[in-house]
Amino acid sequence: MDPRVSILDRRLCEVRRIIAVTGGKGGVGKSLITAALGLNLSRLGFRVALLDLDLTSPSLHIILGADDIFPEEEKGIIPPEVAGVKLMSIIYFTARNPSPLRGPDISNATLELLANTIWGEVDFLMVDMPPGVGDVMMDIIRWMRGSEFLIVSNPSKLVLETVIKVIKLLTELDLPILGVIENMKRGERSSWEKLSGFGIPFLGELPYFEDLEDAIGDPEMLLSSGFGRRLGEIAAGLI
Amino acid sequence: MHEWSMAEAVIAAVIDEAEREGLDKVTEIMVRVGGLQQMENEVFEFALNELKGAYGGSILEDARIILEREDAVLRCRFCGNEWKFSGIRLCEDEYEAIHFCPEVSHAYIRCPSCKSPDFDLLTGRGVSIAWIKGVKGEEDGSESEHP
Ligand SMILES: Nc1ncnc2c1ncn2[C@@H]1O[C@H](COP(=O)(O)OP(=O)(O)O)[C@@H](O)[C@H]1O
Ligand SMILES: [Mg+2]
Ligand SMILES: [Zn+2]
Repeated sequence: MDPRVSILDRRLCEVRRIIAVTGGKGGVGKSLITAALGLNLSRLGFRVALLDLDLTSPSLHIILGADDIFPEEEKGIIPPEVAGVKLMSIIYFTARNPSPLRGPDISNATLELLANTIWGEVDFLMVDMPPGVGDVMMDIIRWMRGSEFLIVSNPSKLVLETVIKVIKLLTELDLPILGVIENMKRGERSSWEKLSGFGIPFLGELPYFEDLEDAIGDPEMLLSSGFGRRLGEIAAGLI
Repeated sequence: MHEWSMAEAVIAAVIDEAEREGLDKVTEIMVRVGGLQQMENEVFEFALNELKGAYGGSILEDARIILEREDAVLRCRFCGNEWKFSGIRLCEDEYEAIHFCPEVSHAYIRCPSCKSPDFDLLTGRGVSIAWIKGVKGEEDGSESEHP
């Protein structure tokens, strides 16, 4: 018997809300949105933790510019703080090495992190996810009970189809969907037209920001960028 | 330490299992400890015994905890080669990282024969509960095993 599952509820008992950021494909902006929402919520006075579950290509540490930090050990793993938010990532343990993981390894590593991370009191635990409806989505559903899902879409037809699959799956399982953020909006094209029929909230749209790249690695710059400020408005609507 | 959080998980799982099986008392807990996770057995055992009192109440007070080590054996998915974790050498940071999360062994270990990072862990990953023994009701003193 694997003992780790039995401790999960206790590990998450001081976490008030879990927001899992999912969406269509890779590259739609899930990681950047997760980080920017988390930073904004923390600036609004909430206690925020970020969990990077994109285990083979984690990004949050890059976005937060989190170099040279490592968790403390104190009857579990205490996530270190960067820019006012707690960050848990497998990057502490893989360093910059490629770490090829297959499905069961992904689940095992996810469970290991969930069973041993001591979050403390947290108002928002924001979870950055890999694209689509794979292992991590299933693991969040079974192991992070009570998660609310935030869906990132963008105007491309290529993204739309996968986003619809995510919405259908979550709806079928009767899981809470906070709503859709449409990212990288350019011109008139929008995916929301096709999504509005699913009866879920529209949280807002973000245009394509040419110089967003400059803010990666600099949390203050990210917060004060057009992208960050727009997500501040969306964050206020999540409270 | 990791030993404490894992010990907490073991005790929580034993309590869950005892409740599921309707045991009034748990008499023995066999915990298997895989070599890959490199638990410090003394710390782990101490933590288990401390926590059993703190969380277990009367169900666990008489439970004897037995730890059994299990060698970590890896098998290459590319060439089929099998090898033991105890037979290879890593640096201290790498051991520590694998202790925290055994799957990150894929970042540091390669198949000794073909250099592939694509290997399976056959045995000895981490902590598991092999079985618990306990008694149901006062009149029936017989022990039963619950794998
Ligand atoms: N609104 C936006 N404007 C400009 N660039 C963006 C925007 N949103 C995301 N990006 C860029 O798109 C790329 C992918 O974003 P990322 O957050 O890594 O996506 P995902 O996590 O969904 O794979 C990054 O280079 C990011 O800077
Ligand atoms: Mg990402
Ligand atoms: Zn090989």
